[in-house]
Amino acid sequence: MTDAPDRSRRDFVNASVAVGGGLLLGLALPGRAGRPAQGSAAGVKSGAPRGSQLNAWLKIAGDNSITIIVDRSEMGQGVYTALPMLIAEELNVDVDAIQVAAAPVGDAYINPGNGGQITGTSNSVQDAWEKLRRCGAQARIMLISAAAKHWRIDPAECQAMHGAIRAHGKVLTYGQLAAAAALEPIPENVKLRLKAEFQIIGKSAARIDSPGKVDGSAEFGLDVQLPGMLYAAIAQSPVLGGQVKTLDSGAAEKMPGVRKVLSTDSGVVVVADHFWQALQARKTLAVTWDPGSNARLDNAAITALLKKTAAAGVGLEARADGDVVQALKSAQPRVNASYELPLLAHATMEPMNCTADVKADGCDLYVGTQVQQVAQATAAAAAGLAPAQVRVHTTLLGGGFGRRLDIDFIPAAVEASKAAGAPVKLIWTREDDMTHDTYRPPALEEVSGGFDAAGKFSAFMLHIISPSITARMFPPVKGVDDSVIEYAINFPYDVPNVAVTYSRQEIGIDVGYMRSVSHAPNCFAIESFMDEMAAAAAKNPYDFRMELLHKKPRHRRVLQLTAERARWGRAPAGRHQGMALMEGYTTHLAQVAEISIAQGALKVHKIVCVVDCGQMINPRIVESQIESGIIFGLSAALWGEVTIAAGRVQQTNFNNYRLLRGNEMPEIDVHLVESDEPPGGIGEPAVALVAPAICNAIFAATGKRIRRLPIGSQNLLRIA
Amino acid sequence: MTSITVNNHVLDVDAAADTPLLWVLRDHLSMTGTKYGCGMALCGACTVHIDGVATRSCVLPLRAVAGKSITTIEGLSSDRSHAVQKAWLQIDVPQCGYCQSGQIMSAAALLNAIPHPSDEDIDAAMSGNICRCGTYPRIRKAIHLAAQLLDKASTK
Repeated sequence: MTDAPDRSRRDFVNASVAVGGGLLLGLALPGRAGRPAQGSAAGVKSGAPRGSQLNAWLKIAGDNSITIIVDRSEMGQGVYTALPMLIAEELNVDVDAIQVAAAPVGDAYINPGNGGQITGTSNSVQDAWEKLRRCGAQARIMLISAAAKHWRIDPAECQAMHGAIRAHGKVLTYGQLAAAAALEPIPENVKLRLKAEFQIIGKSAARIDSPGKVDGSAEFGLDVQLPGMLYAAIAQSPVLGGQVKTLDSGAAEKMPGVRKVLSTDSGVVVVADHFWQALQARKTLAVTWDPGSNARLDNAAITALLKKTAAAGVGLEARADGDVVQALKSAQPRVNASYELPLLAHATMEPMNCTADVKADGCDLYVGTQVQQVAQATAAAAAGLAPAQVRVHTTLLGGGFGRRLDIDFIPAAVEASKAAGAPVKLIWTREDDMTHDTYRPPALEEVSGGFDAAGKFSAFMLHIISPSITARMFPPVKGVDDSVIEYAINFPYDVPNVAVTYSRQEIGIDVGYMRSVSHAPNCFAIESFMDEMAAAAAKNPYDFRMELLHKKPRHRRVLQLTAERARWGRAPAGRHQGMALMEGYTTHLAQVAEISIAQGALKVHKIVCVVDCGQMINPRIVESQIESGIIFGLSAALWGEVTIAAGRVQQTNFNNYRLLRGNEMPEIDVHLVESDEPPGGIGEPAVALVAPAICNAIFAATGKRIRRLPIGSQNLLRIA
Repeated sequence: MTSITVNNHVLDVDAAADTPLLWVLRDHLSMTGTKYGCGMALCGACTVHIDGVATRSCVLPLRAVAGKSITTIEGLSSDRSHAVQKAWLQIDVPQCGYCQSGQIMSAAALLNAIPHPSDEDIDAAMSGNICRCGTYPRIRKAIHLAAQLLDKASTK
């Protein structure tokens, strides 16, 4: 061994560094020239952390303040609390002593599970689980080492607790030791605590980001303010994918406060002193649009495309157990069903926005994003700079749900700043946001199942027809896009012949990842179909599933507990139940929905959900994410649908894109199962089970199958 | 110049009289706690108090608030000590947090009007505030807790 680790760590701020054996290139810490750090009292820092850097995730200052640099974006799912808790567990500091800062772009922050510095796939904790505990342990050992040297004693005589090292009645705080500790070698072999030794992991702790979110000081992208900043509004093509053909901005340029009007690939951008002025000026623009190829696109055309592709063949094979074709031939009875899923809007509460400050030699980008590297590269291209010249400052995200994996709102802000020669905050209105989303793709799912001569469920075939988001965002995709076959690939039931196939059918508009991604359509198809098969076998849907899960103890346990808590089969008079099960993001969960229908009107009274997500970090956040997913799933199941006419999205705001409100909320009962399995994802999975659980309850109530979402105003009168 | 009173401070604003109060607060006065969500009084993210009454600031022109007393999230307390803020922290209500200023302002106005709200009162007062993260179960709990905290404070 040489002194390389020492040198590299000293150079950390400026250059390459070896962290945990990996090479980290071009890392620059977030700096915000001309702008004081804010919000430090509220737990989340918006400026560069002070102090000595012990590794890519930890900085300790002389005043004992401990800053954890979090490399995943906080969009409500709790990473600004859960990830620091992993470090705190091994560092022996109290969670409420921690401050959080957003990581800059850096190779150390790449999430191997996502192939980039990406917050998605509900895997932030899975990615951090070993990595951040190890980082906390290494820092603790370095602090102990520094203290032992200072006192000229054996490190084994030192104890780390509550942010200080103690030995023989003497105390040195982490702040006092940080500078010396940063020069200690990074220990390679560290022993992590066992579950029984956890002090912090698995115990509910208050969220680090809550204080700023109750006093208004939390900084979202929309809240960024820079000296001399201008505001921009954008006019985008009403037909999705269209471009500016002609522009007369004469009237707009004469409007009060207007500084600049520019035509970009994203649309026409109006830059003004204030946002309201930009909006007023936007109304006066005379733009003609080249609608592009979507001028005739509507829902009927999309459905026809999917159906045509469904009829053309079974597509690419994603999973094949046994011989499903043969088994279906001899099946008796055979059940066929097709399920249809609509386009959906993410509808984050904070509309898309981006603040850019382009100068000759660099660009500062302030943005709520789930993809820091892509944001950097996008801004660089728009500014005519190299990616390393763009500093990405990740703000809090006012909702992500996958929408902020896209960067379509970034280039116009950068171009506007460059043209105006000033920092520019570009804001989409709600209408801009609703009509120019990267929508959850539609899907058509064709399912067949059959029973053998002995009455066993012997064959299950699922053919998924939908666009591929990954092929657009992260090409190339070899074979079947993993993100379209979720849950289907893990079809848990013991059926000897299973086939899952996929046909890619694009629809002409950009579609994007949305919370739970293909788990939602696939769980709807699979769990609805399981109910159809149970009905065909004249079995209770619970018993039918349990028998087929005899090799799956984690599935069985959550389903059994859900049935018990929901009093399955013993609903109050006039109420009906339906269930759904899923494994997703390695989390296992089940739901029972309890509904009633009066004169064809559906009321969801209660949703019970039991979750085994493996080792929990902060159960209180896990519970909130499950509640959150259920409510997200309720909006989608009941009303969620984006419709298109002549290439234009018809939903514009919350009056015609309905989201669940507090007074419409059913009772939600979440139960979390203790588990020794590794952590699973919790942000997304609960969304997917809501629609099938409700639709199965509707079948129990009426004998009618809802195979097309949303449930909306479909006829729910009982079959006589 | 229009003179308005925000959080007990009289402020002069140089903005067109039709500018919604929301953008006056955010862009002219740098008070960004009040959020933009819909611009049509559909979501409640922009809720402030006008003379103590919860009001959507995104559709309220500047000219309409001259001479009125405006309270924003920044003015609810200086140190997160309002009962609603305390309850929100104790229950850990926020997720993404974007809608929470509006939720808290609606809840504070509700408790001013009805010190012990029933679930039905909460439904009625809070149905105008959308939370896409679905913090509704915790909002309900936190409002009941805030009512208790206010009780304790008044009996001390």
